[in-house]
Amino acid sequence: MEMLARTALHLTLLLLFAPLLQGVIVRTKALFAGRVGAPLLQPYYDLARLLRKECVFSRTTTWVFLAGPAAGVAVPILAALFMPFGALPAPIAFTGDLLLFVYLFGVARFFTVASALDTGSSFEGMGGAREVTFACLAEPIVLFCLIVLACIADAMSLTALLGPHLAATWRGPAGLSLGLVVVCLLVVLLVENSRIPFDDPNTHLELTMIHEVMVLDHSGPPFAMVLYGAALKLMVLGAPIVRLLLPVNTGFWVVDALVFLGGMLLLAVLVGVIESIMARLKLVRIPQVLIGTTMLSGFALVLVLR
Amino acid sequence: MTELSNLCLLLVILVNFFALGSSRLGACIHAVALQGAVLALLPLATHGLSVHTLLLAAGALALKGILIPWLLLRAIREVRIRREMEPLIGFVPTLLLGALATAGAFIFADLLPLIDAHQGGLFIPTSLATLFAGFLLLISRRKAITQVVGYLILENGIFIFGILLAEAMPLMVEAGVLLDLLVAVFVMGIVLDQINREFSTLDTEQLSALKE
Repeated sequence: MEMLARTALHLTLLLLFAPLLQGVIVRTKALFAGRVGAPLLQPYYDLARLLRKECVFSRTTTWVFLAGPAAGVAVPILAALFMPFGALPAPIAFTGDLLLFVYLFGVARFFTVASALDTGSSFEGMGGAREVTFACLAEPIVLFCLIVLACIADAMSLTALLGPHLAATWRGPAGLSLGLVVVCLLVVLLVENSRIPFDDPNTHLELTMIHEVMVLDHSGPPFAMVLYGAALKLMVLGAPIVRLLLPVNTGFWVVDALVFLGGMLLLAVLVGVIESIMARLKLVRIPQVLIGTTMLSGFALVLVLR
Repeated sequence: MTELSNLCLLLVILVNFFALGSSRLGACIHAVALQGAVLALLPLATHGLSVHTLLLAAGALALKGILIPWLLLRAIREVRIRREMEPLIGFVPTLLLGALATAGAFIFADLLPLIDAHQGGLFIPTSLATLFAGFLLLISRRKAITQVVGYLILENGIFIFGILLAEAMPLMVEAGVLLDLLVAVFVMGIVLDQINREFSTLDTEQLSALKE
């Protein structure tokens, strides 16, 4: 019974709150540019509008085309069940669930790329190739970060990794590597959610797009699912960063949830600030930056192991 | 206090990585200036406040953090170069080598027969890693300015080693090292100017080509 309640709370937080983060990011960028900006709830209106529209399918597409958006929504929801939200423990935890967490997103990526290839458009194939290339380079960063956390916690499940020991760890000698892990996870968050400086979600030129070009042919409800899936992914991948930076356990689930949500909002503001003050990287520079970040995460591991 | 010095040493290593991976000369020089300024904090963080450590810190800050970077920035402004083009070893391979060297430095430092006070600290491995990063920059880049930057990083590594001995090391030795550094940078500046005037580029590859 308790587990059911926890799952319900987890999913409610995720499903209701995720699009708001996008709204906060857009609003922060608007403030930086001196504009008023869209209302904070604009992502919800967008989703509602898209859900009312009809879908248009190209004649070359098959069922694979629809599998992309479906996996894009299903995977973050499933992955969220393994990820503790702040001090709220994850509904499901078992030894080794961190690997499942990482590769669930691999499954989602496979389906997104497959649905992009299914349209037969050369632009979408190019976008798929880029997405997979950058994902290859981002994967070792996530794994190194999780190994560092696993070494610190001496456990192999995400709930234990991000447990109440973190506050003490920050003050201890492992605090330095924890700081490096936060930086690396932030880079992964920006890459995986295709944000500036790695990709521009607002770009209008197909040649420069990475993620956006893969969903050009989606319309109506499937496109709403793509957008919703992206919002969910941002929240699920942002959760460990918020937990690392705000390791507070109050004991009351309401307070814990509020702390977590506040942290997520701050993270969204941070992403907005990064997008406002940085220019987009040249495409050839992205692998360099990602490899540099991998070095950083590997270095964090060296610091922990000695 | 060890917290502060560990943070400084970590920053030093991050700057090493940045210098190895960046192709922009201006950013490289700024990074080295930051490294010098961070190093100036180290004697104070490890040995506490005293006249000796204050002098060390002030000397390091003035020379490594301000004067030499300023000279270098002026040099790149005058010869109008911004980027390191086609290094002998690419940026990603140098980064990889640098990371391997850093990991190696950590392993090697554990094997060294150090006195107990220095055992397990970040000083020795950081110093070795910084030495190697500077060395790597010196041998893998073509532009003379980047080579000067590499030389500076190399010297920073020696400085970190020296801080451990700051109690025993007379100030004169330290001053001598810093003076050497300044003279070396001056000489390199003159050489840079000469290379630039002779070949109208700062590419040192031209020097190795024999001519009748």
